[in-house]
Amino acid sequence: MNDAFDIRGESHIEVHKFRTGAIIIATLLALLIQSSFPIHFAKAAVLDFPLLVTIYFGLSRRNPSTGLLLGMFIGLLQDSLSGPTVPLGLYGIAKTIIGYLASSIGARLDTEHPAARFALTFAFFITHQGLIVVTRRILLAQPEPWFNMHLIVAALVNALVAVFLFLLLDRLRKN
Amino acid sequence: MVALPSRHKSLVLLAGVIVLQILMLAVQIKRDSQGRLIRVWTVGAVSPFERAGSNGFGWVRDTWRHYFALQNTTRENEQIRRENDALKLQLSQLQGKAADADRLAALLNFRQSHAEVPMIAARVIGVGAGTASVTIDRGERAGIRKDMGVITPDGVVGKVVETYPNAAQVLLLTDKDSGVGAMLADSRIQSPVGGQGEPLLLMKYVPNDDDVNLGERVITSGMDRIFPRDLPVGTVAEIKSGNPFKLIRIKPAANLERLEEVLVLLSLRPLEMKNEESSGDAQPSAPSAPSSKPAVRR
Repeated sequence: MNDAFDIRGESHIEVHKFRTGAIIIATLLALLIQSSFPIHFAKAAVLDFPLLVTIYFGLSRRNPSTGLLLGMFIGLLQDSLSGPTVPLGLYGIAKTIIGYLASSIGARLDTEHPAARFALTFAFFITHQGLIVVTRRILLAQPEPWFNMHLIVAALVNALVAVFLFLLLDRLRKN
Repeated sequence: MVALPSRHKSLVLLAGVIVLQILMLAVQIKRDSQGRLIRVWTVGAVSPFERAGSNGFGWVRDTWRHYFALQNTTRENEQIRRENDALKLQLSQLQGKAADADRLAALLNFRQSHAEVPMIAARVIGVGAGTASVTIDRGERAGIRKDMGVITPDGVVGKVVETYPNAAQVLLLTDKDSGVGAMLADSRIQSPVGGQGEPLLLMKYVPNDDDVNLGERVITSGMDRIFPRDLPVGTVAEIKSGNPFKLIRIKPAANLERLEEVLVLLSLRPLEMKNEESSGDAQPSAPSAPSSKPAVRR
């Protein structure tokens, strides 16, 4: 595994395969943790585990089609679990685009280095929240602030957690 | 037929999937349908795991709080410490159980003291994303319906916004789309209280001329026809002059950030409450100074 964060030709980037059922189990666990964790640790609501899983598998699988479909699947499940005030498609659209972007970038860059993962997760988190705000404001006509400091703090926390979570998820790869 | 390059195929797929979801959003807005079937399947499939997860996290939290967090306090005697740690572990488990028992006893007391009001206890098993909502472990099979009020012995929590066979989703008072008919306990000034998407609630329609005091209790007015009168909503935490109304921020009476058990009012008909101190007389309830534990009557 190369630790460098460098731009390479698409053909040199390794596409990672995962153990059977690993993606499904990780996805369901992320959704479960996302809905259960904040009951006992209120501050954990700042974490977006389904987004981190979308980013990780997008970056690792490096196939834009599967990345966007996985993003859509995770986003729609998150919408379904969030009650009728969150319409189906809100997180679905955002995570579809993030899944596509992550796998497209994963196909062009080596994203194994923790610094690269930190930076990419930070950028993807901001993009994800931006997409949700755009959807709420333009498609749903709901007032939503564009930017606040909480967003930056949340992006930093998620990026930091992603570094460790991605190391854990690396263990699910087939050698 | 012209073959698309693989890079373009994924772009076409992306566009198709996005358009599909935008159409789905449009259908939900236009028809006021919320994709109920998909939600029923998803919640039905996930809620048993949420229940298990909620119990598991609770155990880990209690062990962490009462055991690991205290472990650095002594290093003087290894043998004694080991014994001490084992005892602490046992104690932490007992403390966790005692805390659970206290909370449940409070719920039971409240339930028994308001036996004439149909209500059911439920456990919080999930938290919604992007909105102040929680999932509870009781649903249609327990008699829970949409728009029923949800409370704790401390005060108002929110209302049921969606029901499934074995679960229901509750929109908390702190959500931007949430609100409750309320009034100031001392002055009896009525005004709705709504959420703002942050921990404090907002009371909007109190004229600048009216006197409001910091710390004053806010209670339900019963005007929303969901919650009975005189349930605690919160206390006044901040008062600012506005135009033409004051901006009054309310600290919720119920701890909405750490909900574990709640009570669902099993009635869609308006309920009435009267003060405990006036419940003994034949006189109609006085409009002032409601007690903190109001009695309930149908």
